[in-house]
This record gives sequence, C-alpha cells and structure tokens, in this order.
Amino acid sequence: MSLQVTTYIIVGLTFALYIGIAIWSRAGSTKEFYVAGGGVHPVVNGMATGADWMSAASFISMAGLIAFMGYGGAVFLLGWTGGYVLLALLLAPYLRKFGKYTVPEFFKTRYYSDGAAIVAVICLLIASTTYIIGQMTGVGVAFSRFLGVSNNLGVLIGMAIVFVYAVFGGMKGITYTQVAQYCVLILAYTIPAIFISLHLTGNPIPQFGLSSGFEGSDMYLLEKLDHIVKDLGFASYVNTPRLSKLNMFVYTMSLMIGTAGLPHVIIRFFTVPKVRDARSSAGWALVFIAILYTTAPSVAAMARLNLHATVNKAVVKGGDVFAPESSILIDERPNWMKRWEVTGLLKFTDKNGDGRIQYYNDKSKDKDFLAKAEAAGWKGNELSVNNDIMVLANPEIAKLPNWVIGLVAAGGLAAALSTAAGLLLAISSAISHDLLKNMFMKDLSEKGELMAGRIVMACAIVVAGYLGMNPPDFAAGTVAIAFGLAASSIFPALMMGIFSKTMNRQGAIAGMIAGIGVTMLYVFAHKGIFFIKGTEFLGLFGGKPNFFLGIEPNAFGTIGAIVNFIVAFAVKNMTTPVPHDIAEMVESVRYPKGAGAAVDH
Amino acid sequence: MVDKERLEAYWKKNLALIRNILIIWFIFGYVLAIIFVEPLNNIKLGGTPLGFWFAHQGSIYVFVALIFIYAKLIGKIDKEFDVEED
Repeated sequence: MSLQVTTYIIVGLTFALYIGIAIWSRAGSTKEFYVAGGGVHPVVNGMATGADWMSAASFISMAGLIAFMGYGGAVFLLGWTGGYVLLALLLAPYLRKFGKYTVPEFFKTRYYSDGAAIVAVICLLIASTTYIIGQMTGVGVAFSRFLGVSNNLGVLIGMAIVFVYAVFGGMKGITYTQVAQYCVLILAYTIPAIFISLHLTGNPIPQFGLSSGFEGSDMYLLEKLDHIVKDLGFASYVNTPRLSKLNMFVYTMSLMIGTAGLPHVIIRFFTVPKVRDARSSAGWALVFIAILYTTAPSVAAMARLNLHATVNKAVVKGGDVFAPESSILIDERPNWMKRWEVTGLLKFTDKNGDGRIQYYNDKSKDKDFLAKAEAAGWKGNELSVNNDIMVLANPEIAKLPNWVIGLVAAGGLAAALSTAAGLLLAISSAISHDLLKNMFMKDLSEKGELMAGRIVMACAIVVAGYLGMNPPDFAAGTVAIAFGLAASSIFPALMMGIFSKTMNRQGAIAGMIAGIGVTMLYVFAHKGIFFIKGTEFLGLFGGKPNFFLGIEPNAFGTIGAIVNFIVAFAVKNMTTPVPHDIAEMVESVRYPKGAGAAVDH
Repeated sequence: MVDKERLEAYWKKNLALIRNILIIWFIFGYVLAIIFVEPLNNIKLGGTPLGFWFAHQGSIYVFVALIFIYAKLIGKIDKEFDVEED
C-alpha cells in the first residue's frame, strides 16, 4: 500500500472515531455545554487537559526548536510544565470551589464589576484568537504535507470536524474527543522516538536513551552530539543558555505563570466534581503532558545527531569532518531529504560546486574553525533545515514503516484539533455566557443561551478558519501575546482575588491594565504594533533590542506581572476598601467544604 | 469563635504547605536548572551533565511529584480540620 493511501486510512479512522464520540456525547444543557456536566473523572479530565494543552506547536515544532537551541530550549520544557504546579497549588482548587463556569465570571463576582469582567473577556479573546490561528495553520500544514491536499482545503476539513464535535457536544463532546486525541498524539510522538532511541543507543526508552551510550562508539550520545556540533562550528549543545541567565529565568517564569493563567486551561478544572479532584486532576494532566515533554528533549538531541550524521559521514565513523569525502554526495542523499525538499522545509545549494553538501555554522565566531572550513574549500553553509522537520521527518529518517508516518500525520492533526476545540469553547463561553447572559441579555433562557453558545462557536470556527488560511501578522506572536497577556494580567488578578481578602475592584483593574500595557508596549516596540512590520518603535527606547536588562519580548510577561502586582496594591491602598460580603466570599472559597457542582448564579 | 480559629489555623497550615512545596519547585525549576547549571554540569549522570539533565528532564518529574504530594498532604489537613467536602 502506498504511503498516501495508508495515511488517508489512518487519518480517516481517527476522524471517524472523533465523530463517533461526538454523536455519543451531545450536550443537552448549558451545564453540559460549558463544564461537561461537572462530573468528569479527574484522570479523564487530566488526559483531556493534556490534549487541550499540547498544541500543534508542542507536537510539531518544539523538539525541533530544542534541537537547535540545545540547553536554552529548557525554557519551553520547564515553562510549559512547571506552570501546572502553580495551577494545582494556587488556582485550580479555589476556582473550582468558587463554582462558576468561566474565568471572566470569577472576575465579575470577585471584583464586583462588569468592567473587570470585560477586561478579562478582552484578554481572553485576544489570547485565544492568537493561539487558535496557530492551530488552524497547523491543521493546514499537516494536511498539505502528508495528505497531498491544499492548505486551505486542509483547514476546511479541520473546521468541519471541529464543528461537528465542538458545536454539538460543547465541553462534553470536546472532553471525550480530547481523550481519544491524546491517545493518538502520544502514540504518534512516542513510537518513532522509541525506534530512534533503540537505533542510536540500544535503549528503547527515549528518556533513558538521552543518557545512554552512542551505539557503535565508546562515547555517550550527548557527548557525541556536543562534540560534533562544536566540530562543525555550532554552539555547545549542553552549555548554551537562551541569551542570558536572567533572560532564561524570566522567560521560564513567564511561560509558567502564563500557563497557569490561560483561560482555556483553567476552565478544564471547572469540570471535575470536587475541589480535591481539581488538585489531583492537575497532577494527572501533568503526568500526561510530561510523557511528551520528557520525550521531546530526546527526540531533539537524537534528531539533531541524525541530521548531522546523514550529511557528514565522519560523524558516525569518526575521522576528519573536513575531509572532502566526509560530506555526503548530492546524488546519494537519502529519499526523505528529496521528499521534504519539495515542501521547502529543507533546502540546499551547492555553493562551492563540489557535488557534495556541507552543513556547518558559517557564522561561527571561532576564527580557527572558519579558517579550517575555508582550507577545506567550503564556501558557506549549504543546507538549511526548518525546525519542524525534526518531528515530521523523524519516522522516515529512522526508516520506519508507512503506518508510522501516517500516525505522525494523525498525531499532528489530533494535537491541533484538540487545542483548537478547547480554545473555541473558551471563546464561545466568554461571549455567550459572560457578555450575553451575564451582561447584555440577562433574561436569556437556558435553551436560548445554549443556542447562542452554539452559534457563537460556529462563528468562531469560521473566523478561526479564515484567519488560519490568511494568517495576520500577529499570528506569529503566540508566545508574546497569549502568554504575555495571561502572565501579566489574568494570573496576577486571579492570585490576588484568591489570596488577598482586601484587593478591590479599582486595584485589580488598574493592575491588569498596567500589566498588559507594559508587556504589550515592550513587545510592540520590538515587533511592531500588533506585529505589523514597520511600526516598531525601538527608537523611543534608545534603539537597542532587549533594552530592559537584556530581556527578550517573549519573556516580558514576568515583568508585566510584577508591575501588575505593584500597581494593584498601590491603587488598592488609595481607594475604597472591598465590600464586606466580598471579603466573606473570598474567605469561604478557602475551605473545600460545601462546594457543590459548578453552578450558575 | 472556636470555629473561626479552626478555619484560620487551617488556612495558615495550608499556606505553609504551599510555601514549602513552592520552595522545592523553585529549587528544581530555577536554582538547579538555571542558576547553578554550570557547576552542576561538571557532575555527569551517565553521559549527561547534571544541570542540563535537570533542565531538560529531571525537574519535570519533580513537578509531577510535587502536585501529588501537595494533593495528598492537603487532603490530610482537610480531614484534620474537618473542612473536607462531603
């Protein structure tokens, strides 16, 4: 059977599964639509959260990113897992006890103001929209690369599938499909990793393979990798931080508190029956996430080593990497390279005309190295590789059977669709519940609200699909915008709402606006207003990038959060204190006793 | 009043537990994986420098364990102070 046919069959089977689950789990009430009825088992919720959390970027791009960043890639590994500790300790149980359906609803009640809810809705909509565009483009990418259909048709098919189970099933349909999607994506990620680890190190468990010996040599895998990247003029794999230690620190912190503050993650914890389930469910979520996140660094290191070994024979055999016969002959390059050249993710140009491919760092600062490269007749790096290849082409590099390649396609789609569905629910509940039911159409019946929820969801799918086909400039800024907003506004306001009995409306709103303001100012100064090229205004700040302590814009959420806390407490002290009944409510949220299922008020 | 004192004592104990767990979280997430990564990299675990290993793998295992440890300990405290859900 051809690769194309196999892939179609596997992807078709997974889609049939998702639709089957959707038919079985239709939502009949707003409670089922928003919080899946509130009776989801904590382990099931954990698995669904895992799928919700792990996006197209986690699945397709992260390992490749780490492969080229080395040690510095730890900001993603630590940042996107450590946030769950904050979620489990500081937010999830209390928000569950609070017993509402949405995050803005918490702001509305806790800060006794529609204004606070509106700020939260705006943050949520901007963060979720930015995030969802990435998922839709991910769906398009997976379809066009594996199934040979056009990008836009791929997005349309993805939209249709999400429509079926998200619009009809709401949170209930989404939760149970996400469980299935988790299984698909984790198999698709780990199976190729196991084979590659076995092949390179003889150890079938990729997590252990990373610390094992490199097959056929007396060196350890990481030693070998570090050695070879340095030989080719690249920065050390195990010692190179992301810009600086301080930058790594605040970057990791931004991603952690951003993770804990992302509304589509938080609403998952409204679906479990009890406060104690919210705590353990966060633990289960992290277990399921950690399976992928601890495999990723192994995939990264092994894929990088594989790539170098493919183009330079001296990598495995030993010997001189500069010797002419070490570089691979263009005519002898493997099939997977030819296949991915078509997509443009892999490109080479024979700059010195020797019929071979030289892959090295021609921008190395090491003069000795550059002199050696020149002496060998190398006239610049001849190969450019897109990060995504490291996961997408993995099964082919490891010469795995066709069904594994089909599974990787299905896994990428599962990762993108499951995250998209969670975001759509967050968007739809913000509009139908927080804006319509709680503010503008208070007499909306339950049936009417359910219908409104479905219509909003359907519209959101169309908008997301359209933006997925025509990504606006800001689509590239998921980390800066979504995590920046969540870290600098939502997380601090939730924290203060739970842990401070005295934080009042004025303080919370001022803090959020100051936090977002500072963060977005820094991001837009570097990358343009809403990422529109040409509107950068670094000149106002001396013209040097990362002007604040060398911190990059993506990492600035931490600073925004600090500003938020300071402004909030300063304003609080100058304004009218919080009403007595609110302080009492904050008190009652602290004790698990008496938490009913999530209720409407 | 007795009831109020009991609840206050519960909250104090909970905050102390959260603080202790977050200290461990900080040690593994930041101190070992970022701040003192170079000296730790001189220690090798198999072929893997220890600081690098924490940053790319080890600390994630600790994060998972911390959530379950918190859930278990706070569950006990809930019982002790009789604030458990029915």
